[in-house]
Amino acid sequence: MNAYVGTPTSRVDGRAKVTGAAKYAGEFAADRLLHGFVVAATIPRGRIARLDTSEALRVEGVVDVLTHAHRPPLADKDEAWKDEVAPEKGSPFRPLYDDRINFNGQPIALVVAEDWETAKFAATRVRVEYDQEAFATDLESERGKAARVDQPHKPRGDAAAALTRAAVQHEADYVMPSEHHNPMELYATTAVWDGNGKLTVYDKTQGVQNVQKFLCSVFGRKRDDIRVVSPYVGGAFGSGLRPQYQVVLATLAAVALKRSVRVVLTRRQMYGLGYRPMTIEHVALGASPDGTLDAVTHEAIAVTSRFEDFSRNDTGWADQLYKSPNSRFSHKLVELDVSTPCDMRAPGAATGVCALECAMDELAVALKLDPIELRLKCYSERDQSEDLPYTSKQLRQCYARGAEAFGWDRRTPAPRSMHDGKDLVGWGMATGVWEALQMPVAVRIVLTANGHAEVSCAASDIGTGTYTIVAQVAADALGLPIENISVRLADSTLPQAPVEGGSWMAASSAHAVLGAAEDIRQELARLAKALPGSQLADLDATKVTLVDGMIASNDPNGAAVSIADVMRHSKLERIEKEKLNQFAEDKSHARNTHSAVFAEVKVDEQLGVIRVTRVVSAVAAGRILNTKTGRSQIMGGVVWGIGMALHEETMMDHRFGRIMNADIAEYHVPVNADIHDIDVIFVDEPDDRINRLGVKGLGEIGIVGVPAAIANAVYHATGKRVRRFPITLDKLLD
Amino acid sequence: MNNFQYSRARDVADAIRLLAADPAAKLIAGGTNLIDLMKENVERPSRLIDISRLPLRDIEETADGGLRIGALVPNSDLAYHPLVEQRYPLLASAILAGASAQLRNMASVGGNLMQRTRCPYFYDTATPCNKRSPGTGCSAIDGLNRNHAILGTSNSCIATNPSDMSVALAALGALVHIAGSSGQRTVALTDFHRLPDDKPHLDTNLGDGEIITAIELPPRGFARNYSYLKIRDRLSYAFALVSVAAALELEGNAISEARLALGGVAHKPWRSLEAEAALRGQAATPDHFGRAADLLLQGATAHSHNGFKIELARRAVVRTLMQAASATPQSQAHKKIA
Repeated sequence: MNAYVGTPTSRVDGRAKVTGAAKYAGEFAADRLLHGFVVAATIPRGRIARLDTSEALRVEGVVDVLTHAHRPPLADKDEAWKDEVAPEKGSPFRPLYDDRINFNGQPIALVVAEDWETAKFAATRVRVEYDQEAFATDLESERGKAARVDQPHKPRGDAAAALTRAAVQHEADYVMPSEHHNPMELYATTAVWDGNGKLTVYDKTQGVQNVQKFLCSVFGRKRDDIRVVSPYVGGAFGSGLRPQYQVVLATLAAVALKRSVRVVLTRRQMYGLGYRPMTIEHVALGASPDGTLDAVTHEAIAVTSRFEDFSRNDTGWADQLYKSPNSRFSHKLVELDVSTPCDMRAPGAATGVCALECAMDELAVALKLDPIELRLKCYSERDQSEDLPYTSKQLRQCYARGAEAFGWDRRTPAPRSMHDGKDLVGWGMATGVWEALQMPVAVRIVLTANGHAEVSCAASDIGTGTYTIVAQVAADALGLPIENISVRLADSTLPQAPVEGGSWMAASSAHAVLGAAEDIRQELARLAKALPGSQLADLDATKVTLVDGMIASNDPNGAAVSIADVMRHSKLERIEKEKLNQFAEDKSHARNTHSAVFAEVKVDEQLGVIRVTRVVSAVAAGRILNTKTGRSQIMGGVVWGIGMALHEETMMDHRFGRIMNADIAEYHVPVNADIHDIDVIFVDEPDDRINRLGVKGLGEIGIVGVPAAIANAVYHATGKRVRRFPITLDKLLD
Repeated sequence: MNNFQYSRARDVADAIRLLAADPAAKLIAGGTNLIDLMKENVERPSRLIDISRLPLRDIEETADGGLRIGALVPNSDLAYHPLVEQRYPLLASAILAGASAQLRNMASVGGNLMQRTRCPYFYDTATPCNKRSPGTGCSAIDGLNRNHAILGTSNSCIATNPSDMSVALAALGALVHIAGSSGQRTVALTDFHRLPDDKPHLDTNLGDGEIITAIELPPRGFARNYSYLKIRDRLSYAFALVSVAAALELEGNAISEARLALGGVAHKPWRSLEAEAALRGQAATPDHFGRAADLLLQGATAHSHNGFKIELARRAVVRTLMQAASATPQSQAHKKIA
């Protein structure tokens, strides 16, 4: 019974968000709340020689200034600082731990005052002197120091030899800049001192249980001492997967002062958190004149910090997409005096697939083949890295449906051949690919005799719509109207969930709801059968459905009884079931989502001004639980992809090792004027192998391929191939 | 942000008195730039003198047929004033090319003239900057200078003036009315802002204790043949890489009067009387426009990342003059370049 799943159901939390009833981490009130303001380092590497807080402490209203030399104890083992998504290798950053400066913008003191303005003012009165050390922050000048990291993708055949003998070759470097997270909501924590050493921590995070375990470990607390709550998140996109330093500082100050403390970072301070690391991507493709690929090489060099190895899969995606008997992939890291990078929407794929798809476009030009035709020639029915079939792969349909909606057949292949007045018109396309992951999640459902159900789970909703899809799945599984479902999320005391990331939460939470609802249904069937004189006495308890508030036999002529009656007669006010859903391990198939992205750009021929006038994104991602929030997800990904193509770039002055555009005036993301028509198509992709509902997840796939489609369109418009992103107009002027 | 005193000026004379009494005091009207700078600890006034309630909000016709605009008229009110829309559409267009609706509602005309550069080193107190801390050096000259000046730079500073409105005012030959303890004076807008030379901490020629009371537009409004074209890194809400204000009077296809000013390229709106003189009496053709552009850009010099601006400015000048000549001014709402 699917009254809600698969429909464009409006967000169940929409009203709370637009009316301001939804509270974010920095908005929770507490008695005698103190405010902390961070003092950040202004050098990239060295030691704190002197840190004088006396003047700040004399400011009226200042309660304390915490520093590495003046703070409560913190754990001293690296293991204690490793959260569930920390890089395997390295020593996680510890705020206010010692006198070492590891990156510009590192917190070195927290001024705590009775109000925020006082704390902010007093922060300017903290005097610091450094022993500076030589440093390096420039990936391009340090690329010679790149060291290889292990990657899952094994080489096949002899790519180097195959490339040399290939009739048609394309080989180039594509440079993707570092990009910083700019979610609307600033990173914030309100640590509420509950007394007796217990704390309730309201935090902006993608994983409350991850933060809860981390805080207990760092502060040496028992599990019951700290509760972490994060009901709403104003965007995070990967930046909230790991606990950020403000949650440590707010908790530290609350522990030190035995009072509630709020710490809100400034926009500039957020540039001291994680980011998408700059990469230099080398792609080499060798093909036969007919467009058959013989060799694929993809090598990436990426930034990481000196203290942690952060790496993602930039290079292996050709294995999923394009048949080639010979391939080689390598990922290398350069350690620099910067903060550790972190996940950002489609980490690895957003950058790596951009390079691959630009290279495929260049190969198509060299082969004089239509870009879609080349991709169909090389289309891989199997994931070549493990030689596995896919649970489903409707990428061909994405190409076909996307091309049709876009009008691709009207494209003239020659660059500079399409015009609109003074504008050159360019049409480009690219493929997108991401993983369809799923994780163990537990859900508790409490069904009450009045026909309401509360569904609860520790998972976060980072703005993606988890509240809504959980309510949809529960309403359908319990046979109740969605208005009768209330959903509680993102409280560490609720049933277990991993961080919300990797596009895995839709499938994972939906199946957890199904599992718990199944137990409710069985319990109701058992009760119904046991009632004296039950119409359902002979019922097979596994063959009932909950629908319209009834327990109904699946037999079309079968009986049905009201759930409320069953509970009343059984003298039950509530039925509570909690269940952990674990997906059966299945290594026989590869699991991926795919997309085909088509972009139209109009470029002023004299001035180089670029407008992305149309984007069509055709997505194959299994069953779409909610076509409204799903479409929003993909549109958001397209907008961000436009930003990657044309705008986003973290600019560092390597003489200071300091980011110089650390605000949203100068760090450009697209504004409304930059966004025109975006058409989202969900291609039908039944998949009864991946999971019961056939759900794959949509979080990342929307961005993958978009920057390449735009770059390829810019080439088609202008005849200029820009391989250093973003494509700003100066790169198009002669 | 530093702590500061706050005073509300009773009248212009009171504002001047308060300003003279405290050299570290600052006037505040809309505060759209000053407050940002205070939050970043770039500006640390000892006192804010609130002039936002002074009666300087009128827009009135002058005896000679021009327009006198009170210093506290909000940018939006000016852009949408019927007399400005009809007679000085170049000014309206330039204002609407800048900032956002919210900022334009708050920002005053006088404050727009006083806004400071968006050079990132000026904004970041952890880096040297001669404009913020005289004598510490210019970080931009050998640093990130993609959007810095190409004209009128010095060895001390290569910052640009960020205003769009001022570029149109420069082209229109606007005057700035100033009041101070020694009386009132009037300067041409093109003499109001200054080049950085060895004193980049001074953006304008406004003296200590002086206050802008009004802007005056001469009668000539160029309402038929004008255009304001702003080229930037995204299609709205970004400062100009290059902007051009162009205004022509035509007799047939012959230019009888020409005005041309550039934004985003110098420490002040950049106007060249020589370039304008070269256009007078010429036919409105791309060749003549190109020659005027070359004259306007005479002496332009590139730094490591901003060389593209010279060619971009040249092309933008030609295009804007074409838009003006054909009476198809650039729309600020529709981003396709006319």
